[in-house]
Amino acid sequence: MSTMAISVRDLSKKYGDRMAVSHINFDVPLGAVCGFVGPNGSGKTTTMRMLLGLISHTGGSGQVLDASIDEPEKYLSQVGAMIEGPAFYPALTGAENLKVLATLGGFPIERVQTLLDQVGLGDRAKSKYKTYSLGMKQRLGIAAALLPNPKLLMLDEPTNGLDPEGIQEVRALLRSLADNGTTVFVSSHLLSELEIISDYLVMLRKGEVVFAGKIEELLLAQQNVLIVKGQNPGDLEKILGIATSMGHSATIRNGEVHVQADADWAATLNRAAFDAGITLAQLTPQLPNLEETFFEMTGDK
Amino acid sequence: MFRVVLAELRKLRRPTLVLGTLGAALFFAALVTSFLFLLIDSADGNGDRGRTIGREVLTLASGSVTGFSSVGGLLGLIALCVFAAQTAQEYTYGTLRNLLVRQSGRLRILGGKLIANVIFAKIMVLISAAVSIGISIALAPGAKVTTELWFTSAGWSAIIHTIINVVIAVIGYGIFGMALGLLLRSPISSISVGVLWMLIIENLLGAVKESALDWLPGSQLNTIAIGGSETISYTHAMQVGGAYVIGISIIAAVLFSRRDVAN
Repeated sequence: MSTMAISVRDLSKKYGDRMAVSHINFDVPLGAVCGFVGPNGSGKTTTMRMLLGLISHTGGSGQVLDASIDEPEKYLSQVGAMIEGPAFYPALTGAENLKVLATLGGFPIERVQTLLDQVGLGDRAKSKYKTYSLGMKQRLGIAAALLPNPKLLMLDEPTNGLDPEGIQEVRALLRSLADNGTTVFVSSHLLSELEIISDYLVMLRKGEVVFAGKIEELLLAQQNVLIVKGQNPGDLEKILGIATSMGHSATIRNGEVHVQADADWAATLNRAAFDAGITLAQLTPQLPNLEETFFEMTGDK
Repeated sequence: MFRVVLAELRKLRRPTLVLGTLGAALFFAALVTSFLFLLIDSADGNGDRGRTIGREVLTLASGSVTGFSSVGGLLGLIALCVFAAQTAQEYTYGTLRNLLVRQSGRLRILGGKLIANVIFAKIMVLISAAVSIGISIALAPGAKVTTELWFTSAGWSAIIHTIINVVIAVIGYGIFGMALGLLLRSPISSISVGVLWMLIIENLLGAVKESALDWLPGSQLNTIAIGGSETISYTHAMQVGGAYVIGISIIAAVLFSRRDVAN
């Protein structure tokens, strides 16, 4: 028995001449919460679809729960998934929708109400799906993914449409599932959320893996950043020039200059800016975080 | 497979679908059967395309189901719409990925879906047959049609044979609908193409060259429903219609089992 829930080697998917996923390699250990991040179109959903047997791969190989992704019937009964958002029959109630899937998967029907209660939809179980808000649809999708009591849970943007309280609840739910041994493989645009709950991270860019490993290793490898703003917004380019001329990598993002430098270099930069006739309105050191790292590594501003 | 059938039946039993489908089926069954008896002396005829079906035909042992066999084609079109919508909606709602994650055997999904839809269609046919026969019994005295032979052993045999023929035709129509749903992946497109072909294009082709009807699928299925016609034999209709159904089923099954599910 392998210690990996997911393991892919050189996995690729080609549509015509376009490589949607190109020779990716990564492992997700059993029992881990693994964040799956990348800009739109980077191949996250395509990878998830391949792992679930929904689309064929054009190269490489993959293992899910010790079975090849060429034989999804061997592992899907132990996998819960919600990809590309929730999808249900609008004319059926939330409970009926789950009962259809429970019947199909051979899971106890009694589990439906328990799961609806768990995701906070217990009192709307008999409402038709088409009357649900986006957040409620998302919760129903999570409930459907939990139907098999999965060993591996794959969720694509599970917090889409949820309010802050809902996001917190999903975070707690995923953490508790992981604590009970479920492996969680989750993609999200809320990088700060992933940073809180994830142990591992797989980062994609243009169909290629740019990082796969422990999240703390990624953050440790990153430099601290100074966030700099001039009193005059037109000084951003000048500040960028000063920083780069002094050997530091810098970018302009959201009306701020992000300079890769330790906090003790702030005084040097302040002095150089002053000498250049620039008054700084902000000079804040920031420890590396997933969002900064994501932008650095994917080049997505 | 059994679990797929049960899951599909859960979807099919929703009141709007059941009442809508039965409403349409019973409306056509009642309309066609009523016209048969109420317009029996009309100079414009009482059957489809101005045909006259006289008392001498209706008093036969098969008289109780003459009306019902005429409505077989329309029941088939209803089945085509239901099968097509139930299949194509999995693509438009995006629910096919849920089904395939829970049951990765694609042909099992397809087989289970077909069986559930056939069960649904059979119920529709049986209730329509009961209503049509009931209306025939009620209207026969007013149309001066004697019913003495209707419930003899020959009469019961005609009822059973007609129901079986209509069920075969309806399943054939349904499989066409299902295949169109899989090929076009949109309920509106698959229903439009199916109904347009069966109701309009085949009739136009038949009007241009009557012998073409001997080889067109809808014409074969209608012929099966009425147990054979003067121009197309029952055996010919079964062979040609069966070949069409098997052919389109194989194409649809191969596509469904191999095609990526990307929506």
